[in-house]
Amino acid sequence: MDTYVTPTARTISGLVIEDRERHLFRVARRAFTDAEVLDGERDNIFDRCWLYLGHSSEIANNCDFITRSVGGRELIFNRDRGGAVHAFLNTCPHRGAMVVREKKGNALSFRCFYHGWSFNVNGRFASRFDEGNYGKEHYGGGCADLMQVPRLEQYRDFWFVNFDRNAVSLADYLAGAKEYIDLVADQAEAGMEVVGSGQQYVINANWKLLAENSIDAFHGFPVHSTYFDYLKNIGSLRMEQGNSDFTARGMSDLGNGHAVIEYASPWGRPIARWVPSWGEEKREHVERLRQGLIQRFGQERGIRIAETSRNMLIFPNLVINDIMSITIRTFMPDAPNRMTVSAWALGARGEDADLRKLRLFNFLEFLGPGGFATPDDQEALENCQRGYKNVREVGWNDISKGMPRSGPPMNDDEEQMRCFWRQWRDRMAGGR
Amino acid sequence: MSPDAGVAPGLPADDRGLRARVEDFLYLEADLLDEWRIEEWFALFAEGATYEVPPTGEDDEADPATSLFYIADDYVRLRERVVRLTKKEAHSEFPRSRQRHMISNVRITDMSNGVADVTCNFVTYRAKRGVVDTYYGKHVYRIDCAAQPWRIKSKRSILGMDMLYPGKLTIII
Repeated sequence: MDTYVTPTARTISGLVIEDRERHLFRVARRAFTDAEVLDGERDNIFDRCWLYLGHSSEIANNCDFITRSVGGRELIFNRDRGGAVHAFLNTCPHRGAMVVREKKGNALSFRCFYHGWSFNVNGRFASRFDEGNYGKEHYGGGCADLMQVPRLEQYRDFWFVNFDRNAVSLADYLAGAKEYIDLVADQAEAGMEVVGSGQQYVINANWKLLAENSIDAFHGFPVHSTYFDYLKNIGSLRMEQGNSDFTARGMSDLGNGHAVIEYASPWGRPIARWVPSWGEEKREHVERLRQGLIQRFGQERGIRIAETSRNMLIFPNLVINDIMSITIRTFMPDAPNRMTVSAWALGARGEDADLRKLRLFNFLEFLGPGGFATPDDQEALENCQRGYKNVREVGWNDISKGMPRSGPPMNDDEEQMRCFWRQWRDRMAGGR
Repeated sequence: MSPDAGVAPGLPADDRGLRARVEDFLYLEADLLDEWRIEEWFALFAEGATYEVPPTGEDDEADPATSLFYIADDYVRLRERVVRLTKKEAHSEFPRSRQRHMISNVRITDMSNGVADVTCNFVTYRAKRGVVDTYYGKHVYRIDCAAQPWRIKSKRSILGMDMLYPGKLTIII
């Protein structure tokens, strides 16, 4: 009856099928289950795309460092004595041990505990052994220095690495996503900062399920009714848009597989959309913040920053959701059916203490493992992964919602996911 | 070391039975959670009480106003958490997981005006669809022992793991 039901996806490029005439977009479930696909993703995606490493505020002072797993590597993200930012592969050039074993800290030098090789925080070999132990290549030739990641670049304090020396610049790669990073970075004149130490947790599902879910408005009400009940019960739901005339509800293809959905917020936003549960005393404060944004950026952009919510995916695995709070979220596959998620809260530097608290509470009420919403997303993702056990008989996902629409796509269509999948398909075929 | 080493100095010397009563109270709490009698569990909390799970890797005194917690419930949010968990639409707990709460190493670290500061170790198992999640760490309680019946004024569950391997924190550990 339907030719698409027969799994014909013998090649990687056959895993994504787009039929514009019939308004059908299908993704083979094999893409979520096969080890061979994950190998291909490591080669074609994680070894070639710009991957989020961290935020400037996490290494605010000279000699600050953090260690992080990115793209299957173990990295050191640090600032040297002069304040320059580095990303090193965290492995001793001598015999391979991880040189830095703490999660974060501040140090004048790094020392491998295995044989005592030490390094300046700019990566230079710093040990001095007795004559006869090592030749001058070790001291001056660089062969004993910590290895830098091939490419390290930043945009508005968001630092990215790329393991492909020949990759396009980060600015070109981010394409239209830069405008939306600006909408976050511009929220405070003093800049933005990561608050606290972030959350790290495991989801037993393929990483692409979280990429889809993070920008999916279609699932919002079916999955998160208990969250909206909660907002209603405590007086945090405010559906009317006040004097805002910005009621856009749509999505934008940002290029290179990046996409964003944007919509009027039903919830409060510490930057700056007040809801009754915050109390009258906060109302004035939040209104001042709102007016400040309007002064700095004009009516339209100011209100857009203050009022609207945005879920953005930067291909392949960075989510910046500016919703009831701002979350930076990245996730890496450990196996086809398992990923490790890292999530951080981003707030205005020097933010009022009460608003900071509201921001953190807004975050944990919805987001994260103990929230009233994220765990139900995880449940959905894990249920999908389990449902893929039927892959041999039921081989395809349907990502077609909104394809026949004549106007611009809506935020609860699936065009933003199709942006992701087209890029995924092209990358997996070896394209850049 | 004196025979009283480890006993809080504020404890009345003639109240050696207090720990047994505190343990009974904690076992009652664990049992209510094991049996999903979650509304009765909430009734153990005093009005204005808090329930918190700080982030892994921060110190025991972390402040939810400045650190991103997993859970930082005031009394209202805790009530709403319980209400949510009674709904079928709390998808992560439908069908409900099976749980078992183990408590040990109970110590009363202070007692003033009838309010006991209590710490204990915990291991909580959660099973669903063939996957067993293990949570372990330390609970820190303030228990109002002057109230009839006793009431929990605060509970902070400090995870002993270095990250949240089970991924979700949808049950009360």
